[in-house]
Amino acid sequence: MSDEFKIEIVNPEKSFLSKEDVNEVVVPAFEGEMGILKDHISIISFLKPGIITIQAKSGEEKYYVEDGIIEFKNNTLSILTSYILNLKDIEKNKLLELLKNAEEESNKPEISDQLKYLADQKVETLKSIN
Amino acid sequence: MASLDDLKKRITSVKSTQKITKAMKMVAAAKLKRAQDSAEKGRPYSEKMNNIILNLSSGISDKETAPKLLSGSGKEQVHLCVVLTSDRGLCGGFNANIIKKAKSYFAKLNKEGKELKIITVGSKGNDQLKRVYGNKIIENISFKNSKNANYFDAEKVGKIIIEKFQKEEFDICTIFYNQFKNVITQIPQAQQIIPLNTKSDDQNNSEDNYEFEPDEDEILSNLLPKNISTQIFKAMLENSASEQGARMSAMDNATRNAGEMVDKLTIEYNRSRQAAITKELIEIISGAESL
Repeated sequence: MSDEFKIEIVNPEKSFLSKEDVNEVVVPAFEGEMGILKDHISIISFLKPGIITIQAKSGEEKYYVEDGIIEFKNNTLSILTSYILNLKDIEKNKLLELLKNAEEESNKPEISDQLKYLADQKVETLKSIN
Repeated sequence: MASLDDLKKRITSVKSTQKITKAMKMVAAAKLKRAQDSAEKGRPYSEKMNNIILNLSSGISDKETAPKLLSGSGKEQVHLCVVLTSDRGLCGGFNANIIKKAKSYFAKLNKEGKELKIITVGSKGNDQLKRVYGNKIIENISFKNSKNANYFDAEKVGKIIIEKFQKEEFDICTIFYNQFKNVITQIPQAQQIIPLNTKSDDQNNSEDNYEFEPDEDEILSNLLPKNISTQIFKAMLENSASEQGARMSAMDNATRNAGEMVDKLTIEYNRSRQAAITKELIEIISGAESL
């Protein structure tokens, strides 16, 4: 028995990524990082801004996401996200722009606690990529 | 009878119109391909989103504590209708069909004594509705600057709707758009998005035991606003594919009609030219005879 399972990442525009040979995925779930291996119990959770790390037979891949919902069922991991970038092709300028936007949002005075938390997470993640 | 010169002018003008409609048809066909592609690619997202929400909502036993976006505000008095149309004309019955569907729904609401509020997306819908329902239109959104339907535009509309719902400005929200079936058939649709219709039509998948992190309520309240944007995005994608399809067939018809017209005018032109020649001949012959 192999320890591989399937991952599907979709965003509203298209099916972003589909892989069959994944060993482990680490997702930035709302209540903390979560590692998912084969035969994980069925779970639904949502994501905060962070990095998705995919360990596959074909190598390791990292993606930056801003939000999303994950569903794991029958050894298929579905990730729905509205904004996702592959860390490999991310450009420096784009990164700085995102960082600037996130910082601006986090410094808004009338922002709610939850939004502030999310914006701070965004800033932190983007800084760590830099 | 029109003179030869006039006929000639008309033929040229019909021919140049035909050229324009032909070009528009080609452009629409190219755009249709792209719009259809993106509508197809966008489908998995909205389907998965729907599935997850169905799973979640079947897990919620207590309807009282369920988020309002799911269960509704408990009233049915104020209806918000979001009418999605195109920003450009010359696309056959595309806009007219949506408006017709929406108007019949408005009339029904009126009869039942419900209050009506309208948001129009796309300028063509606004133009047609403001004559009769001008005082009901509370917002007009137009994305003339965006080339294709994109998620950020949909999210903007979604945010406006949710904001209004939270302020309790309406109880039930319905969106109107054209569903793309094929190039010649687009079906106008009315879809209720608030409160969400959670009756799953086929199999009951309640046997899936999910673990939720954090709990169902919190996930649902996070997910439902996203779902609104997703549904609107889906409607926008279907709409843009429908628009191009409708334009393509409308322009195809126009080109064909122009061709027929050119044929008819050409026959008339030839006939009157021949008549003029015959007339001149008769004049010459009778003139020669009289000598």
